[in-house]
Amino acid sequence: MDPDWRPTADLDVMRARAALLSAVRQFFAEREVLEVETPLLCAAPVTDPSVQVLTAASRYLQTSPEYAMKRLLAAGSGPIFQICKAFRGAEAGSRHNPEFSMLEWYRPGFASTDLMQEVEDLLRPLLPGWSWERISYRQLFLDHLGVEPHQASLEQLQHLAALHVETNFVSADRDDWLSLLMTHVIEPRLSATTLLVVYDYPASQCALARLCERDGIVVSDRFEVYGGGLELANAYCELADPEELLRRFQKDLQHPALSSAQRPIDQRLLAALEAGLPDCSGIALGLDRLLMLQLEMDDIDKVLTFPWAQA
Amino acid sequence: MAISTGEFKSGLKVMLEGDPCSIVENEFVKPGKGQAFARVRLKNLRTGRVWERTFKSGDSLEAADVMDRTMEYLYTDGEFWHFMEPETYEQYQADETAVGETAKWLKEQDRCEVTLYNDAPLSVTAPNFVELAIAETDPGLKGDTASGGSKPATLVTGAIVKVPLFLSTDDIVRIDTRTGEYVGRGKA
Repeated sequence: MDPDWRPTADLDVMRARAALLSAVRQFFAEREVLEVETPLLCAAPVTDPSVQVLTAASRYLQTSPEYAMKRLLAAGSGPIFQICKAFRGAEAGSRHNPEFSMLEWYRPGFASTDLMQEVEDLLRPLLPGWSWERISYRQLFLDHLGVEPHQASLEQLQHLAALHVETNFVSADRDDWLSLLMTHVIEPRLSATTLLVVYDYPASQCALARLCERDGIVVSDRFEVYGGGLELANAYCELADPEELLRRFQKDLQHPALSSAQRPIDQRLLAALEAGLPDCSGIALGLDRLLMLQLEMDDIDKVLTFPWAQA
Repeated sequence: MAISTGEFKSGLKVMLEGDPCSIVENEFVKPGKGQAFARVRLKNLRTGRVWERTFKSGDSLEAADVMDRTMEYLYTDGEFWHFMEPETYEQYQADETAVGETAKWLKEQDRCEVTLYNDAPLSVTAPNFVELAIAETDPGLKGDTASGGSKPATLVTGAIVKVPLFLSTDDIVRIDTRTGEYVGRGKA
């Protein structure tokens, strides 16, 4: 038998990746954002029940450098960025690899709209020829599905999903249906040459973003960047209240998916927030996916030297 | 045996809504924050129809007791088509539903792919190429190999195919069963 030893990315792709990393570092150097490193193997994992955490050496492989970078911010680092590997179990497909490259950065003093501008400044020269648009999560759902996503009932969302997708599961969680409609109906319809900033996500999908009120509705101060229907980046105006953070962690850990997982809460992150996280916005961007958009490739394997199956 | 979405891959046989299905494609779909899904295309092996279904990641389906076996076609008695496993000489009879359109390509002693479900034939796939004699066609125009015209011919199995004008009754033709098209003259 001849083991499949050759890389799936060709030399041009490897060169494009090197050029991308170099351009990102230059962009942040010019703006005096400090490059940092934090551990990949962590004592406490993310609490998000929809993410499978991998373990090694009795530690958790990071799913993003978010917690450690917030500890740096609380310690007075000022603006920081990091290029690192992140790990998410069982996420393998044409747009996912369980081990992937992430660019994450934090900007003290930035509102989410400032960060929208900065991600656009970063990506414009990297994705020439793309147009930019901004739309609220609410308007996106109204335009594509004619439904108000923050207030629609579970039954309304289930009914709408049934019109578009043949499903084989039951769920009483509104967010499952919103995620289904987003990934199965809206994403495939997004313009192939537009970078779309979607903002003001449902409060129930706030993760670690602050909540805010828009036209009488509480939403999360969070945005995502989509490139041609591919989810590229996720950003928050960062929650700084340690008591609210603890409540969200505890709520996550009560999720049935985590009932047997025994994920510990990151006490050091809580302590950092007690000490004081500066008002800031932060964003995580998938570098492999950015490379897919740059090279017009529809399979993540083609931009990785050795994807999961050949690692 | 239950099989989780994480193990779904093309060719895997599973039960869905009481029918055995073969997985054609499994795409992992997940927003950065939120529920993960498996978007699966499955071919219903009983009807041949392709279904698209979305599952929650981690859900599972029962494995289907389905096997593909190469068998020799023996004969038909009008009601059933009889096949034999060449190594064990074990015989199986397939009904009209299982044989379907494939019947018109079956020649005795040809090797076919028989899909067994719970040890009974569920479907039969003809070889990609078969050689069959013409039972009836308009008289051949000897020497007319250049005009490029064609005419219908009924083969010994009952299939009707388009063949070049120069061929006559009892000539052997080679047919691509996937398209039903004449690809050349047979050797026999």
